[in-house]
Formats: sequence, structure tokens, C-alpha cells
Amino acid sequence: MDTESTYSGYSHYSGRSRGSHRHGERSRDRHKSRSKDSRSEKSVTINTLPAEPLLGDSSLRGEKVQDDNWGETTTAVTGTSEHSLSQEDIVRITKDLEDSVGLDCRRYVTRSIAVILGLLVFFTPLAFLVLPHILWPDKQQRCETACEGLVISVAFKLLILLLAVWALFFRPARAGLPRVFVFRILLAVLVLLFVTSYWLFYSVRILHSQDPDYKDIVQYAVSLVDALLFIHYLAVVLLELRQLQPCYSVCVTRATDGETRHYNLGQLSIQRAALAVIEHYYCDFPIHNPALLSASKSRAAKHLAGLKVYNVDGPGNNASAGIAQSQSRAMIAAAARRRDTSHNELYYEEAEHERRVRKRRARLVVAVEEAFTHIKRMQEEEPKKAPGDVMDPREAAQAIFPSMARALQKYLRTTKQQHCHSMESIQQHLAFCITNKLTPKAFLEGYLTPGPTLQYGKDHWLGRRWTLISEASVTSGLKDGSVFLLKCVDFCLVVTSRKIPYVQMSEEYIDPKSHKFVLRLQSETSV
Amino acid sequence: MSFVPGQPVTAVVQRIEIQKLREGENLILGFSIGGGIDQDPGQNPFSEDKSDKGIYVTRITPGGPAEVAGLRIGDKIMQVNGWDMTMVTHDQARKKLTKKREDVVRLLITRKSLEEAVKHSKGSHPRQ
Repeated sequence: MDTESTYSGYSHYSGRSRGSHRHGERSRDRHKSRSKDSRSEKSVTINTLPAEPLLGDSSLRGEKVQDDNWGETTTAVTGTSEHSLSQEDIVRITKDLEDSVGLDCRRYVTRSIAVILGLLVFFTPLAFLVLPHILWPDKQQRCETACEGLVISVAFKLLILLLAVWALFFRPARAGLPRVFVFRILLAVLVLLFVTSYWLFYSVRILHSQDPDYKDIVQYAVSLVDALLFIHYLAVVLLELRQLQPCYSVCVTRATDGETRHYNLGQLSIQRAALAVIEHYYCDFPIHNPALLSASKSRAAKHLAGLKVYNVDGPGNNASAGIAQSQSRAMIAAAARRRDTSHNELYYEEAEHERRVRKRRARLVVAVEEAFTHIKRMQEEEPKKAPGDVMDPREAAQAIFPSMARALQKYLRTTKQQHCHSMESIQQHLAFCITNKLTPKAFLEGYLTPGPTLQYGKDHWLGRRWTLISEASVTSGLKDGSVFLLKCVDFCLVVTSRKIPYVQMSEEYIDPKSHKFVLRLQSETSV
Repeated sequence: MSFVPGQPVTAVVQRIEIQKLREGENLILGFSIGGGIDQDPGQNPFSEDKSDKGIYVTRITPGGPAEVAGLRIGDKIMQVNGWDMTMVTHDQARKKLTKKREDVVRLLITRKSLEEAVKHSKGSHPRQ
């Protein structure tokens, strides 16, 4: 017997099922005489779960089962809160809110906060300097040389601060991240606290007491500007410099076809790491081609297609989960036994496809080379030809395109790339190549190998909307072994990170004079 | 024992037959060789002519098959089982001596004392 199906425990419940079990075995015996001997050492045991009651009794036991477990399985609704929300509900509501308000609103809010903060920071020192003159002009001392020098330094430091803030913060935002950027919030709060405390001190000590010493006020303003420059230095270090040193090596795999790349990232939060990965994705990964995946799907369907599972125990079984499990196990067992020739088909199919692609490629290369010989760049010294003969690049491209169009189209069809390139884009590319004196090989490069997503038209950047799926909080830092998913419309990128190990390097000094050689002495071998 | 390039080598040789001794998996002869065309001939303590690149016996295991057969230290091996040993590399010589299929090696060796003995005998018997 090469397969045995064992029922544990409840076989005494229905003699009927046991009878059918034996019948099943007899039919398998008949099959066995036909199947090859090599299968005989495989033995598969299918166990049904003992906990479920078998069929004839289910109708009787049904209510009893429900009665037994009712207390444990129902969720009690307490009287205190009728409108209780689960965690998922809350997340869903906030997401709806965000979607309805729109992502742009968030961007404007951030930008306006940044502008307000910037203006506050910029005008505070000026206000410090100007307010005494406005409020009590008569009590002021004259501004001496040292004081004037300090005023000039305030002016220039403010200018530098303005340029630095513009350079660091007022760059076009390249992405909208799901959560706030923790470091920026930190810095904004720090600046706000700082400026508020300075204002407090100013208003209490200087405005209140109407201090006439202008030099003190100017020095106070200088210290504020210095401190702001240092905070800007802190911002540069936190926002830009900290993640430059590579700390983690992330492995990015595309779920649909297994393309994998590795990158080195520094210490980043998960959302910023995700952004870095997406930017690398657009440059490095070849374009996602769904047409290439259909072959493996059809193969997968064929594996289990020939099998059908009959439930010989009859319908109406309560515990469908257990039956489904035993069904799937039965299918796996049967599929393992079946003599499968799909590997053969795959091999020959791939070889045939390879041959076809290479033939079409050869035809294409020849056609393009021939087409390129039909036109040549007109030299300035040549006698002017009739205006009808002289063409601009676009017309030249249109003139030579028909001779290679058929070969190119056939090649693209064979490699299933025809949806990536439209006629218009091909002609444009041809005109570009002609203008810039590219050779036929350079023209063909974009079609022979699938390039990164950036190379294709904008409509192929399928979805600039990416969803970050992560178990850890997205503002927490990358750790060794953290995994997150980046989901796009068609496919999914799986990102795992590993810590780059600490490298302990030691030094060994070799004296250049130590490189000396002698002839080999008489070697002696014993026999 | 020195040779003139271009001229055939002549030497007085003694035939020695050594039975290989089986020690575990290996067949051993009980002596060590040195020299060869890929070695430095100036280091050879046994050769008369320091440009002689022949194969010399450098050590004999006391009581081993080589000693029993009559091989002496400093002998130059000219032939092993018919294979020439005067123009071989060290490794080729080793291989010719340590063939696993052969139980016995027949060497033609030459030493200075042989020459002298012949000269002596020639001298004493001038007519031979």
C-alpha cells in the first residue's frame, strides 16, 4: 500500500464512512498496479482532525456544540460603551479624513509653518535692534564704534542665516511621507522655544526697564543670531550628515519576478529608508513587465488542474475547515505521486523561445544598420541641394523608420515589450539618435535590454503612490532584521535590512628589505 | 663521472637489485635521493664535478632494502629499470623509483671507488 489514509478517533461514529474508506483503498490498489514501481516507496498519511464530529451526527450535535461553546466564542457587548471603536476603525477614519482633506493640504500646512517660523527667526534680531529706537528714542545713547561693528556683524550673520535656511529647508519637497519628520519637528520646537525665551527675557529686562545702553541690546541681538546659526548647524548635522555613513545593508526584492538589489543606507527612520529605496528602485530595477509573468501562472494552474477532490463523507459537515485541510493535503499527496512532465515542457519551450528571440534580434540588428546607412549628415560645404531633399531630424527619422519598423515590432512582440514603446516614442528616439550621431547599436540598446523605469514614458511609472506596510512604527529607526513592504499598484517590494558588521582591522608591517630570495637547495626525497 | 657535452657518457657501473619492502600501504626502498636537472648542482656534497646534475644517493636507511642490496651513500644512479637517470628532474627520478606496480628495482649505479678499482685492476693486469 503506498498511500494510507488514517482516521483517528471517530471512525466508530459511522460505519458508512469506514466502508467508503475501504472502497477508496480498493480503487487505489487498482491504480497502483498501473503506476510505476518507483512510486511505491512514497507513503502519505492524511489525518483528519479528531475534533470534528462526523456526518450523520452533525445535525443532532449541532445545537449541542453551539450550546457548549457559546459562552467562549461570542463577544459580549458591555453596557458602558455602545459606540466602541476598534483600532482598525480609528485608523480607517483618520485615513478617510486625510484622503478627503487631501495630501496637498498637508504640504501647504507644513510649508506655511516653515515660512512663519522663518520670518519669526529673521525679524526677531531686527526687532530687538529697532524697538528701543521706536519706543524710547530720547533715552538712547549714541552708538559707538564697537557697537556699530556689532550691528554690521548682525546684519551679515543674518544674511548668511537667511541663505543657509533657504538652502537647507526651502527645497522642493520630493515626497510626501506618511508620518511627520521627527527631526524637523524637534528642530522647529527647539527654535520656537529658543526665540520665545529670548523674547521673554528681552521684554522683561529691556523693554520693561527701558535699558538705555544700546550696546548691551546689540550684543544681545548678536548672541541670538549666533545661537540661531548654531541651531542651523545642528539642523545640518541631524538632517543631512547623520545618514551619510552607511550602517545598514538593505536587500530589496520585487515580489513578482524576484529582481533583487542591495543598497547601503545610513541610520534612517523606516519611512525615509523607504523613500531612499524607492528612489533607487526607479534607477536600478528593470521595468516591471506583467506580460512575462503569465507563463509561470499558467504552469502553476496546470499543476493542480488534473486533480479533483471528491468528498466521500457526504455534505453537511460542520467543521469545514478540517475537511478543507484534508482536501488540500490529499491534493498535495496526489500531485506528488503524479508523473509530471511539465519540467520537460518548460525546458523545450524556453530553448525554443531563446532561439526565436535570437533570430528576431539578428534580423532587427541588420535592418536597423541598413536603415541608418540610408541617411547621412549633410556637410556645410556641399553645394546646396534642393529644399525638398534637405530634412530635419524628425523628417529623416520618419523617412527611415518604415524599413525597420516591421523587424522592430516583431522583436518587441517576441520579448513581450510592445506595450512599453509606442510608435511615436520610437520615432522620437530615432530622431534623437540621428541628431546626436548615435550608432545603430546605441539606438537599439533601449529595446534589446529592458531598462530602468525612468527610461520609459511617464505613463509607465505605474503609480507614484506607494504604500508603506510595516509592523514597526514608520518613524522608528531601521534596525537589524527589520522588514517592510512597499506596495505599488501592480507589485510589491520586500525590503529587509541587515546591520553592516563592525570591522576590526589590524595592521601588518612588511619591511621592503625583507623580500629576499635564494635558489632552492638540493631537495632530498626518500624513496 | 664528469661528462663532456656532446660526447657519450662512459662510466663503470655496478648493477644493484633492490627488493621493495612493504610497509603498510607503501613500498619503500630505504634511501633518499638528491639532485636533478632542476636542482642546484653546487649544493651536492657527493659529486666530484659541481656541475653534475645527476641523481645521487644522499642517505641510506640502516638495515633497509637498499643497504642490504649493496647501495652506498654518494652513489650516482645512472639507470633505474632501464630508465635513464642522468638527465631527469628530481620529481621524474622519484617517480621512476616509486612505481607502485614494481616490486623490484634494478639500478645501475656508479661511484668513484669503482673507477679506481677498475683502474687499479687494469693497472695490475695491463693486458686485460
